[in-house]
Amino acid sequence: MAVSSPSADLSAALVLQPVTALDWLVILPVAWCIGIGAILMMVRHRTGLQPLIAIAALCVLAGIDATLLWHVSQNGPVTMVMGRWLPPFGIAFTVDLTGALFALMAAVVALAGAIAAVTDINDSGRRYGFYPLLMLLMAGVSGAFLTGDIFNLYVWFEVLLISSFGLLVLGSEREQIDGAVKYGFLNLVATTLFLIATGYLYGIFGTLNMADIVVKARELRDAAPLTTLMALLAFAFAMKAAAFPVNFWLPASYHTPRIVVSALFAGLLTKVGIYALIRVSVMLFPVERQELSFVIALAGVLTMITGALGALAQTDTRRLLGYLVISGIGSMLAGIAVGGPGGIGGAVFYALHSMVVMTALYLAAGLAARLGGGFSLSSLAGLYTRHALFSALSLMLFFAVSGLPPFSGFWPKVMLVKSALDTGAWWLAAALLLTGFLTTIATARLFLLAYWRPAGAGAPSGEVALPATLLVPLIALTAVSILIGLFPETLLGLVQKAALTLNEPSRYLNSVFPAGSAP
Amino acid sequence: MRSLILRTVAPLIVGLMVLFSIFVLLRGHNEPGGGFIGGLIAVAALSIYGIAFGVETVRRAIVFHPLAIAGAGLLLSTLSGLLSMVFHVPFMTGLWVYPVILGEEVPLSSVMTFDIGVYLVVVGAVTSVALSLEERGED
Amino acid sequence: MEPVFALLTGIFLTIAIYLLLSKSIIRMLLGVAILGNAVNLLIFTSGRIMREVPPVIGPGLDVPAGPVANPLPQALILTAIVISFSFFAFLLVLSWRAYSTLGTDNTDEMRVAEPEDATLPPLGY
Repeated sequence: MAVSSPSADLSAALVLQPVTALDWLVILPVAWCIGIGAILMMVRHRTGLQPLIAIAALCVLAGIDATLLWHVSQNGPVTMVMGRWLPPFGIAFTVDLTGALFALMAAVVALAGAIAAVTDINDSGRRYGFYPLLMLLMAGVSGAFLTGDIFNLYVWFEVLLISSFGLLVLGSEREQIDGAVKYGFLNLVATTLFLIATGYLYGIFGTLNMADIVVKARELRDAAPLTTLMALLAFAFAMKAAAFPVNFWLPASYHTPRIVVSALFAGLLTKVGIYALIRVSVMLFPVERQELSFVIALAGVLTMITGALGALAQTDTRRLLGYLVISGIGSMLAGIAVGGPGGIGGAVFYALHSMVVMTALYLAAGLAARLGGGFSLSSLAGLYTRHALFSALSLMLFFAVSGLPPFSGFWPKVMLVKSALDTGAWWLAAALLLTGFLTTIATARLFLLAYWRPAGAGAPSGEVALPATLLVPLIALTAVSILIGLFPETLLGLVQKAALTLNEPSRYLNSVFPAGSAP
Repeated sequence: MRSLILRTVAPLIVGLMVLFSIFVLLRGHNEPGGGFIGGLIAVAALSIYGIAFGVETVRRAIVFHPLAIAGAGLLLSTLSGLLSMVFHVPFMTGLWVYPVILGEEVPLSSVMTFDIGVYLVVVGAVTSVALSLEERGED
Repeated sequence: MEPVFALLTGIFLTIAIYLLLSKSIIRMLLGVAILGNAVNLLIFTSGRIMREVPPVIGPGLDVPAGPVANPLPQALILTAIVISFSFFAFLLVLSWRAYSTLGTDNTDEMRVAEPEDATLPPLGY
């Protein structure tokens, strides 16, 4: 078997030097997820086998992503083009530190979800296809983090959206159908807006490769309506990320599916929107981001405050957590608005922290419902006497999400507040601190009512054992949060380097266009 | 549907359509055609078979569950892309082999296996939808 | 030719957004269908329109002879059509399920997931 080689000189259009095994790390996460998803589809009725395959596969995925992160941190961004075609002809997968960090964290979160699903998703849910959908969701998420092509990013958005539809209606209860209608329509509008922006982008640049756009944007900046394009993209991604005022689909739908599905959504989906916004606004259109920074900052402040106030007002634990997801998105938007290594690094760090902590919090809400018999704060009570370890874990997660030391939420908040003060945006720093305060009150209210309040007469009481498959992921994610909080140096260094690469993408460009073949 | 005419003609049409879908699939490499459109033709054939003889007959005829067929196709496509790893070229690079069968050179490629994968994905996924809709129509 | 297509895209988008703002799910579905077509037309137009030559390389040639139409927008549109079609199918089935389980196609009355009269927790204990 041989690679076909026509007679003409093809070095301008094709990659002709051999590809090393390490380069394959760029595409492997996606190919692996799709391949395993396909195998799981074929063994749909072997419900005992499915979790084993999926958990093993996600362990391997986390390994691949960790190796990829190591490779990228050592050697700079890595590129692989599909079918040897150089950009702008071929689709390029380019991974820099930001993408690798997000991909690794997503794999960790998905692994925790897959383990928790062993107990939470019953046989009929497995026959319906929970695990294949989870793997395809991970293919979409990994693809979105690793791709270097705008239209390809759109395709991965759709892949993860279709899988999330499947996961959302798993079980087909009335609540789920209701939530899915709102989730479906609004997310469809968001991705369509993204597609419209992609159409304009192609009309302006004649290319869809991100590195190519960076180069061409420098020349076209005065001649093309790039600010409008950036605004359209920012709006589409803000809708995906559930930023104010387009956040209403999230609290309407995130509490309806199985709790594991909610946890995975909270950890993965909105963060893909934030990642895409960071990628496009910081790397592709930095000048336009500067022009729009006030709008983004304002949206960020409103998102944080409405999220925190919404969390204060909720009586359903899952909806309360949904508002906390939104509030976190506001903090990331604030970082994007401030810009610079501090702001962008802070936003990336906050996103990584939020992926771990929000997933853990939803899993905790599921366990609380198992112990206390529901999700309503008016009936949940006395969880502390039912399971002390679980209560301690929950309290740590509440501290982490409020941004208190020594947990993972503290450091990104410090970075964001500091960079906001450095640029003179004192009101942004004040809003960040106020949000932290309101979040503390909201989670304290949750803890007081559900954990400390003595259970009424007739309510279930006494120590209860929890299934290990639910407790282990919770413990692991909490441990990750504590470790990040106590030893932040490694991650701080990585996110700052990631933000630098985004701000000054020359190494990214060099990886896509090796020396000499630049357009 | 209890129509004698349809039940008499159906096997003939269905056989012809499946044959034609494979022709379209293989023709697709250099000319209009391909896995997607070929797969849709095959689904149309299976749907006609289902209308004539009932959904259960179709499920027996295709042996595997439609979604398992789609999964197999997805796996085949992914593997065709990964095959280029062995030859030190990027993902999804077309690889060719020219065996001589019965004195005739037959070009085969990983592009073709990818397209066969697409064919199977379309056949599996759309058949699954079509059959469940027909099932609902029957009762 | 482009101004006509641009205008047509605008009209399509206007109709789609008007329909999507409706409370009735059926109208919203129609809006989604038109929205997909509006976007496809937009991509087609932004790829520059050229009517003379299809982007097909003749037999025995390595490169096309003379200028040809841009094939990339067509590939993008094909992808977008497949995706928007599958979305439409999903939303159609979902809406039908919503109508049969919730008994309404008015989004204002879909309050199962967000009940208006949830009992409040106590203010103290």
